[in-house]
Amino acid sequence: MVGLHTSDIKNPVINWIDTRLPIFTMMQKEYGVFPTPKNFNYFWNFGALAMVNLMIMIVTGIFLAMNYNASTAGAFDSVERIMRDVNYGWLLRYVHANGASMFFIVVYIHMFRSLYYGSYKKPRELLWMIGVAILLLMMATAFMGYVLPWGQMSYWGATVITNLFSAIPLVGDSIVTLLWGGFSVDNPTLNRFFSLHYLLPFVIIGVVFLHIVALHVTGSNNPLGIDVKSSQDTLPFHPYYTVKDLFGMCIYLLVFASLVFFAPNYLGHADNYIPANPLVTPTHIVPEWYFLPFYAILRSVPSKLGGVILMFSSIAILFVLPWLDTSPVRSARFRPIYRWMMVAFVVDCVLLGEVGGRPPEGIWVVVGQLSTLYYFLHFLVLVPVVGKMEHPLPLPESISRPVLPSGGGPLPAGYAAKPMEKV
Amino acid sequence: MSATAHATGHTPGDGHPEDGSKRDFLKMVTAASAFIGVGALAWPLIDSMNPSSDVLALSSVDFELAPVALGSAVTVVWRGKPVFVRHRTAEEIKGAEDVSLNQLIDPATDASRVKSGHDQWLVVIGICTHLGCVPLGNKPTDPRGEWGGWFCPCHGSQYDTSGRVRHGPAPLNLAVPPYGFVSDSKIKIG
Repeated sequence: MVGLHTSDIKNPVINWIDTRLPIFTMMQKEYGVFPTPKNFNYFWNFGALAMVNLMIMIVTGIFLAMNYNASTAGAFDSVERIMRDVNYGWLLRYVHANGASMFFIVVYIHMFRSLYYGSYKKPRELLWMIGVAILLLMMATAFMGYVLPWGQMSYWGATVITNLFSAIPLVGDSIVTLLWGGFSVDNPTLNRFFSLHYLLPFVIIGVVFLHIVALHVTGSNNPLGIDVKSSQDTLPFHPYYTVKDLFGMCIYLLVFASLVFFAPNYLGHADNYIPANPLVTPTHIVPEWYFLPFYAILRSVPSKLGGVILMFSSIAILFVLPWLDTSPVRSARFRPIYRWMMVAFVVDCVLLGEVGGRPPEGIWVVVGQLSTLYYFLHFLVLVPVVGKMEHPLPLPESISRPVLPSGGGPLPAGYAAKPMEKV
Repeated sequence: MSATAHATGHTPGDGHPEDGSKRDFLKMVTAASAFIGVGALAWPLIDSMNPSSDVLALSSVDFELAPVALGSAVTVVWRGKPVFVRHRTAEEIKGAEDVSLNQLIDPATDASRVKSGHDQWLVVIGICTHLGCVPLGNKPTDPRGEWGGWFCPCHGSQYDTSGRVRHGPAPLNLAVPPYGFVSDSKIKIG
């Protein structure tokens, strides 16, 4: 048995496999006994929820693709056929369409969680950057998926977003022609969007795998933002967090099902039930809700290239956030100024979304410009400066030991860390 | 994470030996609910692969018999499959009726394969029962095999004028689709 892994598994068949390919040992190590901080709150459910959501999207997408026709002549009709004639086609499509919205809700909460609790800071910088890459891939996938039904919003969304690249000096127009495969959004564009829309989710799976590997090297952050000091600070992932994730998943599925069954078109646009017409633009064209803040940033400057640069910068800035934040303290719980900055930042993002959904007229132009300014002010000025100026609250000694020994009621016996165990 | 230690000794139910059966029960209820839930979710996915309403709506076709000359055969498409409609001569009918059943690979009388009173019309699904090729014999130039019916070019199966298999490797006679006479000169297949 030289060179083989020694498996502890009793079942002889599983042992035989595990000796040669230790996937069972790996799962046990990474998801069974994996030491996880014991103080997670429900914000730590959203990574698992995003994984579940990705699976739902891939499964429903595969079955939808069996009935979809990627041609300008057949796309709209094939989607209507899915809705009317294919068995449970309406369910598949509504789950897939609302699943995209649920995916962004889950991922945005997951990201705000990281921002609030400082999960992007050392040693998790790369973990965070991989996450931002996943967000970019999701955005590309969602955008191309929205084009596939070939309604009016699909068509004009595709036209507007691909035209962003025409802002690039010198080569812009050539790039747009390349993206289109012609001189307007047409059949070649639809075909390549379908191909890429099918491909990218599997790329996302690969990047998610890297995200999880990186997570399991650094270990999870936690609401206190302090490092795990001993085994007293952790719980095995199973059953404690498998059960907590399952409970969160039930709540998530309730929300998801409410959308699908009671308001399936609430987050969509009625105009997308009009077949694409290359000669008439809808009177009020807006992207899906999850792109609205970025759309507001795009429109906030009256310069074509400037708007495009700002919009891409608003995401690119997230990549360098770990180095913009100068505070050594992770969790906003111990950062009296930063925690209010986070509140203001969330309000700013919601405001940007609100502006993005309205026609760029009157007061909303000014509101859009101010909230765009604040978005960049937050990352470029407030985060670095406040990190240096702020006086953080005293950090607890360990996850097991509360901050103020006198605070709260009587402590249960054995609450404090036992002498450190050597393992 | 420098001092991370492996968490051990957190076995569920530690110090509560009496709740073992309750825990087992809860585990089984959870597993059963999850199983039923996943099954309920899987069904719409699987069922979406079944024929859709617009496909089922195409499941019958009408066919006018008058243009089919005596002795010839035509191919009608029904549910995407070829259906052979053959106008048999008196000689072919007699030949089909006279065969004794013990000579057949898949014994069936000629009468059981046509509608009574319309025995000049043979209607069979034109798919070889071996591996699904379409046998030759409808065009005047086609080989019809030794028994005057159809000849499958893929593996040499031969059918007689009642569409019954007379020479392997096909195991069964050409299938008779559900059909009926709307009038003496018109049939509805499906």
